[in-house]
Amino acid sequence: MGDLMKLLVAVKRVVDYNIKVHIKPDGSNVELAGARMSINPFDENAMEEAMRLKEIGVATEVVAVTVGTAAAQDVLRHALAMGADRAILLESADVLEPLGVAKLLKILVEREQPSLVLLGKQSIDDDTCQTGQMLAALLDYGQGAFISTLNIENGEAVVTREIEGGTEKIAVALPAVLTTDLRLNEPRYVKLPNLMMAKKKPIQTISAAEFGIDVSPRLALVKVADPPARKACAMVNNVQELVEKLRSEARVLP
Amino acid sequence: MSVLILAEHENQKLKPSVAQLVNAAQCWKQTVHVLLVGNDLAAAAQGAAAITGVASVMCVEAPHLQHPLAEDVANIIVGMGREYSVILAAHSAFGRNVLPRAAALLDVEMVGNVVEIQAPATYVRPIYVGNVFATVRSKDPIQVVTLRASRFDMADIGNNAEIVNLAPPPASAKTRWLSEIRNQSDRPELGSASVVVSGGRSLGSAENFESVLAPLAAKLHSALGATRSAVDAGFAPNDIQIGQTGTVVAPELYIAVGISGAVQHTAGMQDSKIVVAINHDPDASIFQMADYGLIADLFEAVPALTAALP
Repeated sequence: MGDLMKLLVAVKRVVDYNIKVHIKPDGSNVELAGARMSINPFDENAMEEAMRLKEIGVATEVVAVTVGTAAAQDVLRHALAMGADRAILLESADVLEPLGVAKLLKILVEREQPSLVLLGKQSIDDDTCQTGQMLAALLDYGQGAFISTLNIENGEAVVTREIEGGTEKIAVALPAVLTTDLRLNEPRYVKLPNLMMAKKKPIQTISAAEFGIDVSPRLALVKVADPPARKACAMVNNVQELVEKLRSEARVLP
Repeated sequence: MSVLILAEHENQKLKPSVAQLVNAAQCWKQTVHVLLVGNDLAAAAQGAAAITGVASVMCVEAPHLQHPLAEDVANIIVGMGREYSVILAAHSAFGRNVLPRAAALLDVEMVGNVVEIQAPATYVRPIYVGNVFATVRSKDPIQVVTLRASRFDMADIGNNAEIVNLAPPPASAKTRWLSEIRNQSDRPELGSASVVVSGGRSLGSAENFESVLAPLAAKLHSALGATRSAVDAGFAPNDIQIGQTGTVVAPELYIAVGISGAVQHTAGMQDSKIVVAINHDPDASIFQMADYGLIADLFEAVPALTAALP
C-alpha cells in the first residue's frame, strides 16, 4: 500500500444495548417504535480502531458508512463525532439481510477503494455475525474475523483473532476486511462539543436503489417469541441442602 | 441431493459437535457427507466414519491446511457445494468464520446459531442476545446453516462409512497463518465441559478468584469461567469469559458464584441444563436463570460446598 491509506468503517443503527426489546402482541416482530437507538457496540470498536490508525499516522482518511433510512444518520453523526472525516448514508427503506448489505457495501468499496474495511463482528439486534465475512467473499479479499489486536505491517493487516480455546495470529494482505471484537479496544467517549461539530459536517446520501442490485430478502420471518421459560428457581437454605438436591433431584452429582 | 457437514477436529480428534450435527441433519432425510479439512486427518476421518447416519467422509489434506483459513475452507466448500442442498457447520468460532464466506460465494443467505430445526427450511434462532427467539424460513436453493450444536443430541457410534480423499486446492495468496496461542489449562475445555464453575466481580480479586473457585473446580473436574466484569476487573483471563462477547457454554451443571446475571453473561450460559446460583444478593437476576439458588456469602458457601463433595 502507498502512504495514502483510506479506511472504510461500516456502522449499524441498532436498539441501544441497555434496552430490553418487547415483542409485538401479534408476534410478527419486535416492537421498535419509540425504542432508543444507538450505534452497534462492536461497530464502535471498529470506528475507534480506525481513529487510532489515523492518529498514529497509518491511515489518512476515515470514511464511515451505514445502510438504512434517513434515521440512520444519527449513527453517522456519532462516527463523525468520534473523528470520521466523511460519512455516507446508503439510503434504503428495504428489510436488508447480511448478504444484501454485503452486496451494497461491495459496490461502495469498489467506488471508494479503501485499503481496509472495518466492521463490528456482529450486530446486537439480529446477532447474525455474517456481513464482514460475506463482504470479504464478494470482494475476493482476505478476511480477519473477530479480531482483538491489529497492526499494519508491510501491506498486511496482522491480527490476533479468536479461535476455539485460544487465539491465532494471521496476516491478511491489503485490501482486506476485518471484523472487530469488543476486546480490540475501549471506544472513546464522545464529548458534546464534538457531537455539536459533527452536526455541521455533511453526510453524503446515495440511494441504494441507484446501485441496481437485487437485495430482496431470502428469509421470511415467520414469528418471534419469548425464549422458552425456565422453571422457577428452588431456593435452598444451606450447602448441605444444595448438595442433597443436586444428588437426588437433579442427579448431576455422584 | 445431500447434506454436507463441515466437521471440526483438533489434535487429530473429531469434535463432539460433528455427531450432533449428523443427528440434526437426519431431518432432511438425505444422504449425509462429512467434510474434513486439515493435515494428518486419518484418525479424525475414522471417527467421522464411525458415526451412524454418515454415508461418506470427504478428506481434504495438505500441510498448508494444518491451520485452516476461512479463504481456503470456503473455496473447498464452494467447489463442492453446488452438489448439496444443505451445508451445515457448528456455530463455533470456526463455523462462524468460514460459513458466511462460503454462503456469499454461493449467493445464498446464511441462517446462523440455529437452536431448533422445525422443518427442513424453517429454523429457530435467538436474536437480541437471546431475549427473543425468531422463527425464519429460508427460500434459498441451498440451505447454509450454523447450529448451536449443544442443542442437539449426538448420533450413535457404530458405522463404517467410506472415506474419500479429495485433492486440495492451492493455498490462499491473501492470508497467511502465523501462530496460535492455546489456553494452557489442566481443566477441561470451557466450550465443551460438562461442568462449569463460573465467577463474577464479587470475588473481589484475582487471588480470591483462584483460591475460592479452583478447589471447587478441581473436585468437580470442571472448567472455570468468568463474567465480562470479572475479566475487565482483571480477576480472570479473557479467554475464560462466558457471555455474548466470550464463550457460549451449555454444560450439564453450571455453578454461578457471585454473578449478578447481566444479559451479557446469561446469553452465554442460558442453555445449561442445571444452573446453581450462589449470591449474597437475594434480588440478583441470576436467580431467575437458576434451578437452585443459595443466598449466602460466597467466601463461606463455596469452601463449604467444596468440602461437602467427595
